[in-house]
Amino acid sequence: MAEHKKEIDQVTGVETTGHEWDGLKELNHPLPKWWLYMFYGSIVWAVIYWILMPSWPLVNGYTKGLLDYSQRAVATRNFDVAVAERAETGKMLLEASLEEIQNTPELLEFAMTQGKVAFGDNCAACHGVGATGFEGYPNLQDDSWIWGGDLETLATTIAYGVRADNDETRYAEMPAFGRDELLEKEQIVQVANYVGSLADIPTQDGVDLEAGKVVYEENCVVCHMDNGKGDMETGTPNLTAPNYLYDRSVEGIMAQVNTPRHGVMPAWIERLGETTVKSLAVYVHSRGGGQ
Amino acid sequence: MSAWKKHQIFEKNSLILIIGIVIMISIGGLVEIVPLYYLKSTIEKTEGMRPYTPLELVGRNIYVREGCYACHSQQIRPMRDELERYGSYSLAAESMYDRPFQWGSKRTGPDLARVGGKYSDEWQRDHLINPRSVSPTSVMPGYPFLMDARLSAIEIENHLKVNALYGVPYSEEQIASAKVDLLAQAEPDSDAAEAFEERYPGVLIRDFDGNEKEVTEMDALVAYLQMLGTLVDFSLYDEKANLR
Repeated sequence: MAEHKKEIDQVTGVETTGHEWDGLKELNHPLPKWWLYMFYGSIVWAVIYWILMPSWPLVNGYTKGLLDYSQRAVATRNFDVAVAERAETGKMLLEASLEEIQNTPELLEFAMTQGKVAFGDNCAACHGVGATGFEGYPNLQDDSWIWGGDLETLATTIAYGVRADNDETRYAEMPAFGRDELLEKEQIVQVANYVGSLADIPTQDGVDLEAGKVVYEENCVVCHMDNGKGDMETGTPNLTAPNYLYDRSVEGIMAQVNTPRHGVMPAWIERLGETTVKSLAVYVHSRGGGQ
Repeated sequence: MSAWKKHQIFEKNSLILIIGIVIMISIGGLVEIVPLYYLKSTIEKTEGMRPYTPLELVGRNIYVREGCYACHSQQIRPMRDELERYGSYSLAAESMYDRPFQWGSKRTGPDLARVGGKYSDEWQRDHLINPRSVSPTSVMPGYPFLMDARLSAIEIENHLKVNALYGVPYSEEQIASAKVDLLAQAEPDSDAAEAFEERYPGVLIRDFDGNEKEVTEMDALVAYLQMLGTLVDFSLYDEKANLR
């Protein structure tokens, strides 16, 4: 390109560029051809891309390109295709009863797969990856249920949650017997020890269990029933269960009688949809505690 | 004289070369960035977006202060697997009151763009105090000190004012009552909560940190997390009109 006579450097035998600085001459080492052609190729590709794809901003909009490509449209389409693929089996799942699902391998496999994925994404944060729960977050593997462990009940609990921001949510609240001064401090000690004795929890020495029984019968029996076994209809926990949601000790019971903790489970129906909720119910039911 | 010769002036004078580079990069920048300011299609038309309440704004500041963005993005990308996991892709409109925005592609933890309402307040609290208590393999640090840090209302008015300067539509009344509103959102039984609800209809008003005696930084951060991605009413959103 440069206008100069060809000159070969005598030491290296390489052509010079003709540029000279204080007697030093530059050797001509042009870019490799493969690199150069790729560079030209990418310029050509850029022009093709401008024509095909959305690219140049204009005054009131931008060039849309011949392909009319939209990343949002592609994502939504892929999503819809996946939903449609699942909808067929999903529809059968919605109409089937638990027994039918368990006896139809196709439905069971579908529900278990979908349930497992949805559980990992949404439920495992509180209930744990293995569904064994944490303190304050129920274990779904055992036989103790607060609201019930049959498929129908599980589906309802998952769909509408517990004390959630939803009109149909499950709701139960225990009065704060201590904080709101419904019971004397001594009475709380007595009733906690009495409940402990029902559940085979080591009780404190020198506490009048008979007095605790009286307090229980006057205050707790309406919900927790006279044998302490609770009532899943009203979401009242079984006090004789081998594991508790919170601290399973007399001190823990006292704390709960004093100021009960009320966990919240979100309603999932809007976020996940009916089919996924049912799959989750089947999956949770299969974890070991299903009734 | 060829074009080659003319180019020598750039190659032989570094200052002219720098000026040339600045001009070329500016053209590239202007063409890519400036249209976003005037094109109406940049920010989608949506229903439901509102400015952050004072408590949420403070929560957001804590989120930025603690560097949550280093591991959590707030940007659901338009890809099928992201839609499956997180819900609708994030819209530009959803971060129009965000200064600075919390987009990103670095995810050590999950995306948080639509985490609002996904877990209970109690879970958010337990998880922030000690992530391992509910997620045994988590590598997230614990933030137990948030429970002990009482919120200070001294600066909040200025935070709203600065946002308003940038164009966030806070009303005079909202700015004037920012100090009261900051605490009112976490005190559902107070008189101030009623007035607060009139200024910010439809927001969550409850004791977020489980400690009724104080309004703490935990209240603020959980209030912020619980509203993330919940504002836009997608039943009224015209997806077809906003394809990009």
